[in-house]
Amino acid sequence: MSDTANISVTVNGETTAAAVPVRQNLVDFLRNTLGLTGSHVGCEHGVCGACTLEVDGAMVRGCLMLAVQADGAQITTVEGYGDRAEALRAAFVEHNALQCGYCTPGMMASALEYVEAGGQADRAAIREHLSGNYCRCTGYQSIVDAVCDVIEGESA
Amino acid sequence: MKAADFRYERPASVADALALLGDEDRDAAPLAGGQSLMPMMNFRLAQPGTLVDLSALDELRGIKRDGEVLRIGAMTRYVELVRSDLVAECVPLLALALPHIAHAAVRNRGTIGGSVALADPAAEMPALLLALDAEITVQSPTGTKTHAATDFFLGMYDTALEEGELVTEIAIPVAAETDRFSFYELARRHGDYAMAGVAVARRDGSHRIAFFSISDRALRATGAEAVLDAGGGVQEAVAALSELPFAGDLNAGEATKQHLSGVVLTRALEAL
Ligand SMILES: Cc1cc2nc3c(=O)[nH]c(=O)nc-3n(C[C@H](O)[C@H](O)[C@H](O)COP(=O)(O)OP(=O)(O)OC[C@H]3O[C@@H](n4cnc5c(N)ncnc54)[C@H](O)[C@@H]3O)c2cc1C
Ligand code: FES
Ligand code: FES
Repeated sequence: MSDTANISVTVNGETTAAAVPVRQNLVDFLRNTLGLTGSHVGCEHGVCGACTLEVDGAMVRGCLMLAVQADGAQITTVEGYGDRAEALRAAFVEHNALQCGYCTPGMMASALEYVEAGGQADRAAIREHLSGNYCRCTGYQSIVDAVCDVIEGESA
Repeated sequence: MKAADFRYERPASVADALALLGDEDRDAAPLAGGQSLMPMMNFRLAQPGTLVDLSALDELRGIKRDGEVLRIGAMTRYVELVRSDLVAECVPLLALALPHIAHAAVRNRGTIGGSVALADPAAEMPALLLALDAEITVQSPTGTKTHAATDFFLGMYDTALEEGELVTEIAIPVAAETDRFSFYELARRHGDYAMAGVAVARRDGSHRIAFFSISDRALRATGAEAVLDAGGGVQEAVAALSELPFAGDLNAGEATKQHLSGVVLTRALEAL
């Protein structure tokens, strides 16, 4: 039997208490226990970025954090970005910045962090910031276009 | 894959953490940012009996200037170093290199102490600390020791850290205005581990050159340092690298590592 721990987390604004196996990672807890399957799981070793989500205001790898470590944390997933990501969502649609959509939740998380931190519409800087997120479909061009558009739109 | 089962503890003090780590029945490992340990556990390359999560140890976090030294707590995250005005002002070499260490989401959790304790031969931090003449403080249940960075990194994932000890602090001399620094790495994708990289520091005409990802550990190139100290040129310094114990990895063989060392050193010196 796995050791378990009692945690309380606020996910997308809603506070939940749960007993979690201590070996369970955060993204599995969100997907399997809370049914929030928006965050994806690819590599489980931090490389692909599909599981990127927000914990206490910072975008992190959901596969490299244990659910028990999130006790007391504020978590936001792609289901919960709401108005914050409205412009990004529209730009992703407009630019076809997704095809299969596997990378999209993590890509949105990283892009949102960049935009909210006041990042410039500089393609090289955007690519650098998104370098930890793999996309196997789009070739990245359209994703960078979308992020540029959002930033230019906001500064216009 | 998922991590094998373990027990989990989040001690509230360094003393409690050391007591857990010293309990032989537990087969315990410290967990810092988890950005290297969690992947190793998910691959079952690491299967600690107990994980000792250091995240509640606020005493191990923080950046402060103490006279002519900058003291950085082991649990300080990369992102905190990136955003720190003190780091930019007192240790410009770190500020130059930090954006190259992993990706933003990894920097949001990875810690300086975790990188130092791990001693990945491809990691930037050990080489930076060699070039900066830093000191590493470790604590055990019986006391505190300070190692010069030059005596700390012993081999692949091998350091002077002993079983049950914790890295607690990294101390870096504050740069003088006349000091010059340069950093250059070649990576396939920004934020990935480099194929070869180098950090260079020049203080009062004296050079320190430290490479990473070219051997089984971060290495100083003392031959090339001596060439530059004596007023020699870039080509001569590059020639002096042939004495280094190059070693291949998954990215590139020994000969390629040697070639790339010359490339990164040349580019770093051009920017010095
Ligand atoms: C996709 C990806 C890309 C990366 N790219 C790079 C890169 O380009 N360059 C780079 O340098 N790193 C890279 N990393 C690794 C990252 O920087 C790690 O965070 C760092 O190496 C380890 O820090 P951590 O705090 O996460 O340590 P952990 O993963 O928590 O711990 C690492 C090891 O150190 C031990 N440990 C941790 N803290 C202490 C302590 N205070 N005292 C004693 N032992 C301790 C642990 O038991 C473990 O064995 C990458 C990681 C990922 C996932
Ligand atoms: S699943 Fe977490 S980074 Fe790939
Ligand atoms: S849209 Fe398919 S992986 Fe990015």
